[in-house]
Amino acid sequence: MFSRAYKAAVTLPPLLWVVAFLLLPYALLFCYSFWSVSSSQTIVHSWTLDNYRELLRVNVYLQTLFRSMWIAARVMIFSLLLGYPLAYYLSFHAGARKDLLYQLVIIPLWVSYLVRAYAWKTILGSDGVLNTLLQYLHLTKHPVEFLLYSPFAVVLTLTHIYTPFAFLPIYAALEHIPRNLVEASHDLGASPLQTFWRVIFPLSIPGVLAGATFAFVLSFGDFLAPLLLGGPSGIMVSNIVVSLFGAAYNWPLGAAISFCMLLLVLALLLLSEKLEKKWSFR
Amino acid sequence: MTTVTEPVIARSEQSGVGPLLAIRNVAKSFAKTAVLRDISLQIAEGEFLTILGESGSGKTTLLRIIAGFESADSGEILMEGERLDLLPAYRRRVNTVFQQYALFPHLSVQDNVAYGLRVAKLPKSEVAARVSESLAMVKMSTFAAAKPANISGGQQQRVALARALVNRPRLLLLDEPLSALDANLRRQVQVELKSLQREVGISFVFVTHDQEEAMVMSDRIALLRKGELEQVASPREIYSRPATAYTAQFIGHTNLLRGEVRAGSAHCHSLSWRIALPDGPALFSLRPENIRLSGSATETSIVRVRGTIERQVFQGATDLLQVACDDGLTLSVRTATRENRQGEVLLEFNPADAVPVRESPDRG
Amino acid sequence: MEFSMSAARRNSRWLPWHAMVVFGFLYLPIVTLVIYSFNGAGVGGFPPRNLTLDWYRMLVADDAIWESVLNSLLVAFAAMAISLTFGIPAALALDRANFPGKTLFRRLVLLPLILPGIITGLSLLMLFREADVKLSLLTIVLGHGTALISVATTEVFAGLQKMDRAQEEASLDLGANYWQTFWRITIPNLRLSIIGAALLIFTLSMDEIAVSFFLIGRDNTLPLEIWGRLRRGITPEINAISSIIFVFSLLAIVGWYRLRMSSEGAPEIVTEVVEKA
Repeated sequence: MFSRAYKAAVTLPPLLWVVAFLLLPYALLFCYSFWSVSSSQTIVHSWTLDNYRELLRVNVYLQTLFRSMWIAARVMIFSLLLGYPLAYYLSFHAGARKDLLYQLVIIPLWVSYLVRAYAWKTILGSDGVLNTLLQYLHLTKHPVEFLLYSPFAVVLTLTHIYTPFAFLPIYAALEHIPRNLVEASHDLGASPLQTFWRVIFPLSIPGVLAGATFAFVLSFGDFLAPLLLGGPSGIMVSNIVVSLFGAAYNWPLGAAISFCMLLLVLALLLLSEKLEKKWSFR
Repeated sequence: MTTVTEPVIARSEQSGVGPLLAIRNVAKSFAKTAVLRDISLQIAEGEFLTILGESGSGKTTLLRIIAGFESADSGEILMEGERLDLLPAYRRRVNTVFQQYALFPHLSVQDNVAYGLRVAKLPKSEVAARVSESLAMVKMSTFAAAKPANISGGQQQRVALARALVNRPRLLLLDEPLSALDANLRRQVQVELKSLQREVGISFVFVTHDQEEAMVMSDRIALLRKGELEQVASPREIYSRPATAYTAQFIGHTNLLRGEVRAGSAHCHSLSWRIALPDGPALFSLRPENIRLSGSATETSIVRVRGTIERQVFQGATDLLQVACDDGLTLSVRTATRENRQGEVLLEFNPADAVPVRESPDRG
Repeated sequence: MEFSMSAARRNSRWLPWHAMVVFGFLYLPIVTLVIYSFNGAGVGGFPPRNLTLDWYRMLVADDAIWESVLNSLLVAFAAMAISLTFGIPAALALDRANFPGKTLFRRLVLLPLILPGIITGLSLLMLFREADVKLSLLTIVLGHGTALISVATTEVFAGLQKMDRAQEEASLDLGANYWQTFWRITIPNLRLSIIGAALLIFTLSMDEIAVSFFLIGRDNTLPLEIWGRLRRGITPEINAISSIIFVFSLLAIVGWYRLRMSSEGAPEIVTEVVEKA
């Protein structure tokens, strides 16, 4: 129905822009990871594997990588634990209030990330709301230290940020389940609990995978929460990258780490896509 | 083979066994609208009952109440003497074939059929045996490993049937299961379903809006209009002795003759015949096939009227003629098909074929 | 006549409580923030005392903040223009055209949605470095615009799926050419998706840090201004500006929701974004 001219007209502009401002920069990122920085703080365009060797050699990089993955994993698990029953409740039990509740879940997504992370900082600090409240209620005598500037704070904050992200695809998947399947299951003798495990949950798996992927990948690459709330024990991969592009001035090394992150994220996305296809029955 | 149209209820009445399902004074409203008003109905063992009605008549709601997906506002349902309506859907010995089949997309045909048995935690060997028996009965054995997305609508419908029947329910509910099939396939499946029901011996409650379908398949038809039962009778009975104007018009074609009874005679336009009814306004249903063209009958009781053919509609085996009668009456007449019927005709019918029917008042 | 559904409810009575806990968790920090923006005694401490509007007064007098707000607004509108200009055709291309590399194109367009923002940010930084472009609000605009094309594309693509194709065919049938059909039929039908995308892009741009972090020149955007102050120490003035941001976000999303409800019924908003990613 559409002429070749039409198709070319809609394809070429975005294609060119994306090549110029996405493909080229990522390619440049790749190249930078093989270059190095000279002692006079200039980028030397000579090709070397030194940066990658450095990553494997120096412990702190691998340590931080694993810590980041562990934090991301916990955020993923907690987001799913919080998000799935919420999505289920909205989809199957909320009835007339479903839309209002859905809006309520979405609203925090639109409120600034920085604002929310900052809010947790004021709550968790040793002079913060939580600690003074606990002391006010005489539950503790001294401020609880690990609340802030720890991996705990990072996991808590990121869970807060990404639970709605986990919720959304799960809710979409649950909404797509035809209600007559639930009735059919009851008709055939399955109790509501059996119906959930045999019919509803299997059909919601693609949503769960999407939500899990979002929560994990976005947490893994986060740099704001660890910077605000992580303290020295909560440093994540992105923080190292940021410092390499800032005070520590080693762009090529930063590029190498970034490129590894990119590969990891792409691998996870592809894996998630494959699994989703396997569990999708449409 | 027994004649398919014999009402089975006669059998169970003879043997003195109570009805399988007794629906008593069931009523249901959604928001402020009454969808079912005071429905009482009995279903016998082994009978094929069709609940027939237009959309909005409440037929699907009634089915869903029996299945357990809705609860009635008042009234009760008893199965073999025990309260069925107090049980949740998953504890009733009732299974449903859904309108869109509702096959589980993530399970194979085989696993779909096995679902109810597995949920009941039956031993694997028994499950396997009953599943293959069920699939064979609906002729879907070769598709056991296929997924619902990869089989046709007609095949899905058969799997849905197998999935329901494998559980050996006391009652099978079918919610317009043939509405998604094209005409030829429908006719074929109607016959198959009927013989399946005979073979299996389970009571079937079939919901449809298609009156021809109801006539073909049922032992009895329960005609529902705006939440109330118009008539419950065998197909032959409901066709030849409709109780109300609505029934007469909904099932098959009819001519509704409006007139009055005076001193033992019915008068409608220029027509009159003797009838044993009290004086007053009256309504009669006269089927087009009971009116004949230019009769040679000599009985004096035969009613005759002259008219002109206004329209001839070819319907395959027969023609449906619209005849404008001299006294202003318009009659539909069914005759054997012949090309180009025109002009004046003399019509005649036997007054016994003018069945008195009740009015069907408008219900809000 | 209560039975079958009540059995289901009984077993899952914990669900509403769970939902309340999650909502509490989601809103607690925001509510606390707003309350403490009126707290005379500063950012922490319990219970809040000395309710005051001082912090808001300080905020109003704070020129640097308002300058950064202005910068953010400029960037947001410019980014919106770029994202829509390239995102709408991208959605049309994905919907209607087939060309070699289409899959790569699709993935590339959607990648910034899920890729950690800093990667997109520093890749662009390297580009500007190599091209000898000085960092400024312009580079931020380019960064936001590029990263947010994916939002425009996903929203518009979802809208295309819901659109009645026959309308475009009817338009061509009645003699309109492609350009006319595009402006008279396609765009009006996509009105909701475009507005939704615009709102989302605007909000995301106003809040954007990861990409901006690397592309900032001399002029700060609002989030980076707040960020800078956070490094120096917390004051309730930040609570005040945060509360204001919250109120605006609230208005934005409620407004958009009402807009969509008025023509479609319950929308799926970002789920489509998420699904297509």
